[in-house]
Amino acid sequence: MWLFEQIVEFFSFQDVNIRYVALGTLLLGASSAVVGCFTFLRKKALVGDTIAHSILPGICLSFIIFKTKDPLMLLLGAMLSGWLSVYVVDYISANSKIKPDTAIGLTLSVFFGVGILLLTHIQHSGNSAQAGLDKFLFGKAASLVQNDVITFGIVSVILIGTIILFFKQFSLISFDVHFAKTIGLSVRTFEVILSTITVLAVAIGIQTVGVVLMAAMLITPAAAARFWTDKLKVMVIIAAIIGGVSGIFGAFISYTAPSMPTGPWIVAVLSFIAIGSMLVAPKNGAISKSRKQKKNQRKILEDNIIKLLYKLGEKENEFFKNRSIRTLKNYREYPEKKLLKGLNILKKKNQVVLVNDLWVLTEEGKKAGMRVVRIHRLWELYLTTYLRIAPDHVHEDAETIEHIITPEMESKLEHLLDYPEKDPHSANIPYKNEKDINE
Amino acid sequence: MNIQVDNPVLEVHDLTVSYDKKPVLWDVDFTIPYGNLVGIIGPNGAGKSTLIKAIMGLVPKGSGYIKLYDDSLDSVRHKVSYVPQRESVDWDFPASVLDVVLMGRYGKKGLLKRVSKKDKEIAYESLKRVNMLDFASRQISQLSGGQQQRTFLARALAQEADLYLMDEPFAGVDAATERSIVDLLLEMRKEGKTIVVVHHDLQSAIDYFDWTLLLNTRLVASGPTEKVFTTELLQETYGGKLTLLSKIGDLMKEKQFPAREK
Repeated sequence: MWLFEQIVEFFSFQDVNIRYVALGTLLLGASSAVVGCFTFLRKKALVGDTIAHSILPGICLSFIIFKTKDPLMLLLGAMLSGWLSVYVVDYISANSKIKPDTAIGLTLSVFFGVGILLLTHIQHSGNSAQAGLDKFLFGKAASLVQNDVITFGIVSVILIGTIILFFKQFSLISFDVHFAKTIGLSVRTFEVILSTITVLAVAIGIQTVGVVLMAAMLITPAAAARFWTDKLKVMVIIAAIIGGVSGIFGAFISYTAPSMPTGPWIVAVLSFIAIGSMLVAPKNGAISKSRKQKKNQRKILEDNIIKLLYKLGEKENEFFKNRSIRTLKNYREYPEKKLLKGLNILKKKNQVVLVNDLWVLTEEGKKAGMRVVRIHRLWELYLTTYLRIAPDHVHEDAETIEHIITPEMESKLEHLLDYPEKDPHSANIPYKNEKDINE
Repeated sequence: MNIQVDNPVLEVHDLTVSYDKKPVLWDVDFTIPYGNLVGIIGPNGAGKSTLIKAIMGLVPKGSGYIKLYDDSLDSVRHKVSYVPQRESVDWDFPASVLDVVLMGRYGKKGLLKRVSKKDKEIAYESLKRVNMLDFASRQISQLSGGQQQRTFLARALAQEADLYLMDEPFAGVDAATERSIVDLLLEMRKEGKTIVVVHHDLQSAIDYFDWTLLLNTRLVASGPTEKVFTTELLQETYGGKLTLLSKIGDLMKEKQFPAREK
């Protein structure tokens, strides 16, 4: 009940403070996620981290110079040093033997080191106005006030607006920068715009989640969204939703437990969504992959049992004879449980029936079994004919391939081999009926 | 042998290109006539890709100039199309084949206008010409090497250019795809287009190209294919780098010496 009340209280947004914090984190989460999509696609994930760390000296310097915590002044300093760091990374990697990853490492640590130095200096300077400046290190979302939210709102509009306006340009330079240049696009200009809005997103977000976690706000939503879609526009929208939702939930969690910091919780929720996406995403997710594996195993089991029943029928020239589990086990060493599981699936498919504890093929089952045997033998013949593999080496391969060949491939095989009668081991290749062969 | 033509579609004059001060192209100078299928042939590291990148303004020139249609690249961009190497992009990018082909339309109409119905028609038409119509909505991450190459060609076709510069369009594609690409290039030539292709298979080059450039950091020959394909010239191209030339290049890099005094 307590939780429910908390939920109602939070999400009704009656409390002004709650409204500011929720709206602020939502705007921040969504807009940095949108910008982060392009950072992610341009494989510049670590540049986001560099900017975040490099903003600290800018904030400290502008405090030392202007002696004020006016957010706009601090933002100005933040923008300048953040931007400088991007330039330094680019300059080092373009003009020296140092590779980009090293350039990033160097720049990040030097800027951050200077930032910490300045911060320590300020804290020991006895200036009472400095109190709270350290919130830039770890962020302090719970202290968001109306002014902050207005600033966030304006910046979000700038960020998202810029992305919408230059969506084509940004996607073009993210995918194929050389081509973009050859059609006359000023690539440099758009790279600068993209870096600038990235710096802006980081500079604004840093007050909420802090230097250390800001990179996650940029990159994680994009990485999670990528699992769900192959369309760039959809990816950007999903990332925005993930970022926004994480923002609100982070704020909610720290609201219900006031000792909990907001920034880390936003990142925790983000990471949870990202890991969840990795697991359950429809095409590339780990769960869907393991489901596919299971499906394959079941298909193999089904096919093998129906094939066994068919081959027994073929051998004894009596397809519809009752057969006991023990007989089947004699021919193929399955654990009884597995065998029964397979038989029950086939029963549901109406390919076998159970009569007095004995199993019998149905007409449909006979067809299915015949198909597996036919594909197996056609494939063996294909391997010996087209790949020149020795007849005694083809069985193992056909054992697997028989489960995956589609009806289209099957008919292609039949055409290619011209409806052969015998496989390489002189076994008959069974067809549905004679008409098939003449067609 | 360097046969110069009057009124060329492309003129490269005394072009030197260096990477980190080391020249990879030395004083390359040639002209190419209209309406030809042109091959740039040479061993690995001969600077073939660098040459067409320099023509497209993708790498800075150390010296010399390039004229297309007797004009600068910037004024004739809409008539020129560049097909980069397939491996130069990450095919895991979230886009469909149609999205990529539509990029070919961006240059023609400026990037602020929306994609029109006509643009889409042209994109589909281009896909049809490379036999990729069925793949229009396919994710590019699911394409085979040959399909990726044909997607790039469709994008180039959608540009409706007159001069095409292609970087290794036959690299890593199967024989059937290579054949179909060659047919397409011949068809384009018939329409009066000029196509310049970076290629490194000597065997097929003689069949494909009307005009051939032999390149190995310096221009060995430029002229009609049958005149250029002599044992002597081929040996000169493939017989390794000129020792003195490479030594000077290394020295320039070591001393960080500029390509021109200026």
